[in-house]
Amino acid sequence: MNIKQNPSGLQANGFTLPLSLSINGKQYDLNIEPRVSLLDALREYIGLTGTKKGCNQGACGACTVLVDGERINSCMTLAVQYQGKEITTVEGLAEDGNLSALQQAFIEHDGFQCGYCTPGQLCSATAMIEEFKNGMPSAVSPDVASEEFEFSEKEIKERMSGNLCRCGAYVGIVEAIQEAFSNKETTVAHETFYL
Amino acid sequence: MDSIIGKPIDRKDGPLKVTGKAMYAAEWNIPNLAYGITIQSTITKGHINNIDTSAAEKLKGVLGVMTYKNAMQLHTLSGSDPSSGKFAEKDLLPFQSERIFYNGQHIAVVIAETFEVAEHAASLIKVTYNEEKPVFDINQPEAKIYQPQQGLGGTQVQVKRGDAEQGMSNASTKIEQTYNTPVYHHNPMEPHATSAVWNGDTLTVYDATQSVFGNKNAISTMLGIAPDKVRLISPFIGGGFGSKGFMWANSILAPMAAKFINRPVKIVLERTGQMFTCAGRRSFTIQKINLGTDNGGKLTSVKHETTSETSFVDEFVEPAGVATKMIYATPNLDITQNIVRLNKGTPCPTRAPGEAVGTYAFEVAMDELAEKLNIDPVQLRLINYAEKNPDDGHRFSSKNLKECYEKGAQSIGWSNRNIKPGSTKEGNFLVGYGMATATYPANRSKATVRLKLYQEGNAVAACCTQDIGTGTYTVMAQVMSDALGLPIDKVEFKLGDTIYPQGPNSGGSQTMATTGPAVRAAALTVKSKVIKLAVADKKSPLYNQTEDAISVDEGKLFVTSDNLKGETYSQILTRAKMPLVETEITTNVSTRETQKSESNPTTKQGGEQGGQGQQSGGQQGGSKDESKDNPFVKQDQDLDRSNVAFHSFGAQFVKVLVDPLTCMIKVDKVVSIMDVGQILNEKTAKSQIMGGAIFGIGMALMEGSVYDENTGRIVTRDLADYLVPVHADMPTFDVQFTNVKDEFISPVGARGAGEIGITGITAAIANAIYNATGKRVRDLPITPDKLIV
Ligand code: FES
Ligand code: FES
Repeated sequence: MNIKQNPSGLQANGFTLPLSLSINGKQYDLNIEPRVSLLDALREYIGLTGTKKGCNQGACGACTVLVDGERINSCMTLAVQYQGKEITTVEGLAEDGNLSALQQAFIEHDGFQCGYCTPGQLCSATAMIEEFKNGMPSAVSPDVASEEFEFSEKEIKERMSGNLCRCGAYVGIVEAIQEAFSNKETTVAHETFYL
Repeated sequence: MDSIIGKPIDRKDGPLKVTGKAMYAAEWNIPNLAYGITIQSTITKGHINNIDTSAAEKLKGVLGVMTYKNAMQLHTLSGSDPSSGKFAEKDLLPFQSERIFYNGQHIAVVIAETFEVAEHAASLIKVTYNEEKPVFDINQPEAKIYQPQQGLGGTQVQVKRGDAEQGMSNASTKIEQTYNTPVYHHNPMEPHATSAVWNGDTLTVYDATQSVFGNKNAISTMLGIAPDKVRLISPFIGGGFGSKGFMWANSILAPMAAKFINRPVKIVLERTGQMFTCAGRRSFTIQKINLGTDNGGKLTSVKHETTSETSFVDEFVEPAGVATKMIYATPNLDITQNIVRLNKGTPCPTRAPGEAVGTYAFEVAMDELAEKLNIDPVQLRLINYAEKNPDDGHRFSSKNLKECYEKGAQSIGWSNRNIKPGSTKEGNFLVGYGMATATYPANRSKATVRLKLYQEGNAVAACCTQDIGTGTYTVMAQVMSDALGLPIDKVEFKLGDTIYPQGPNSGGSQTMATTGPAVRAAALTVKSKVIKLAVADKKSPLYNQTEDAISVDEGKLFVTSDNLKGETYSQILTRAKMPLVETEITTNVSTRETQKSESNPTTKQGGEQGGQGQQSGGQQGGSKDESKDNPFVKQDQDLDRSNVAFHSFGAQFVKVLVDPLTCMIKVDKVVSIMDVGQILNEKTAKSQIMGGAIFGIGMALMEGSVYDENTGRIVTRDLADYLVPVHADMPTFDVQFTNVKDEFISPVGARGAGEIGITGITAAIANAIYNATGKRVRDLPITPDKLIV
């Protein structure tokens, strides 16, 4: 992968700074302007174009990546914020060339058409399942103080609504998430409570 | 043999899409790539007085600023046939003058080493204008309304049959209503993007387009260079829905900018603003509908008058009456289309242009009529069922709509519908049921396919068409697999590159119906060539057999009556010392009324197709077109289609829940029963229909663009303000197909499914809301505020 550094003219002017990002278990050394978003750093400087730019304003979820396992919209953040953190993109979801259960389920349930929202949906769902397992309630959870939630279709839809799919592959996406989840556990203990 | 046709197999391109490896237009790793950012006019009409680019140009990292002052001259395009290249705004070639026709028109491209510098530099550009008074609203006195001659591709938009006035005065029951649909924006998740790389006088363009060949043609014409100097590559497109059907300025600005700075340049439209001004939209419509029936509910007269908008730089008609002329039988008909020129960008096709909004208004009118007549809405449709195409009296190629109504009614539980609106509750919610007819033309045109069968026992076919999420990669592989008798993992279909022979653009739901028969004929041709080799070879177990006594399965050719007698493709080619057997085949059948006479029947054209120069050529053409006297092509093309009408149909049934306190509407269930011919892949076909229905939910409940009343500038200019359906808006779906092979459209028997899903659905939702609440809202979208008042 050839990493695009800022041209030397800009560096000489002191506009750029050295930055080291850990992405999918690999270290990337960059020298970029502090105003570069994490999304643009991934796509334009590092060449990890799996993460998509749909709106560049936090409205579509196409740019969702995981930072230390939590989902964020990478278009809304600056790359310089993430030194020392572990970033996972869609390129890092498969392990040793084996698709994750979720990736495989997306294919089986036709959880995409054009595929442009897919990396965001996958990253978002991966973290969402963890949030759920950690007992984080959502706006539709019947009782936020309850010990257990049901991983219902309603919960999934609510928790995934930040990821738009204009092709309308929503049904397949939810089915895929349900399948990937049910291969683990259907109901999870309410461990920690976040507000 | 268990055919793979229709099987819900997984998408071939699935693994690439779930791992982030599918390459979209803005993602190619191009050495020395520079970033172009476009700037748009902030006035709605007038002239640029001055563009001061000096501050931007001084910024470190800026490589140039291109405006009308220094941009290269472009050549005008003549044709309006989308398949041969359609630039969206023929009278507004970018950067050729200082004139401003609409707010948000591209006026400059800033090119820099990085995206960030380009954005910064763009903010430093100062523009002054000489403003003129714009016309951006149909209600302004200056707005000129006229009747267009025709719609896209020569569609008739002014249609008269019988005497509509007389028919209306003879009617015993009448309704007259006006329905309004707002401006809709396509908003594919992938913004329009183009990267351009010059190498001497040849140009490579990575573009996001539904018309790969068309854009190549349009770009070469506009630049004034030979078509074979341009290669356009677009293997993955992040959705289009029509917005990428015509070519927009970004596709030509990138090559211009790359020439300007002598480096590769990438231009990506921003979602905010740019995707709402420079990438097309669906026009608003005002639709006045008059229906008249006799006592029994039989239509005696139908009038449908539509007014839509276009720009001052091109004419695009949103022909809402287009389905009205054939959806039901009526002796008297008057379809009128008006259009108004406004200072806005040019609208363009949006998923089922005409039908999507037209079936909304018309099928709501039918619901209103049913109520007035006190006839069940399904019954009213059956009373007016058209056995033949009312437009020309021709038989339909295949129509099984009654079955759709029946199955749909059963699945939704139509018998639970209370005829009295606003009177049924489920828990705290008002419940309502609605239905409507879906219909869309079954289009087919011309495709050339090159196919190679290799000694190793695998086959690759190529055709320059598109997979915009519609499943082309997968379903074409299924057609290959079926015709060749090879396992699905031994066949591959390539598309999206102009080095391949020309296929159809992805518009009008024609990709599969057009490419499929050409793929099939090419596969059968190659199979036949191999069989001929075997039966002539004494060493083959198939020696001396007749060709039609031989079957193929799993790559093995055998005598049908004695399947132990046989050998594989590999064995035959290995013994013949042939690395591969190949062919290039063109099929050319038009099912469009306006073009049918030109290509049907097509006996004499068979031989001419190979000779149509660049159209079928491709740049690395190895094999020659073998369509002439080809039995598989003849079988298809010689079929007399002159008295056959090609349309798909379907029935949409919807159940909604409405909260009586907040008037929040929830689509609870959607049932779409579709009659689209042979299904090639049940999984991808269902996805297409659901995708269309979800667009319809957006149209019905939330979508609509708003323009500033004082300036004509778009207000809803991003995805925070322009709402589209999300996960939480999803109903449960029941999508079913009649799955009846259409013997007339092609030997493959499949009609398109990309657009029909959006037709009728909006009306079915609106009708269900009326059934739930007793409130008839005739202005889309139906938002809670409109139900509260
Ligand atoms: S690109 Fe980040 S949310 Fe849309
Ligand atoms: S698959 Fe196309 S936007 Fe989701």
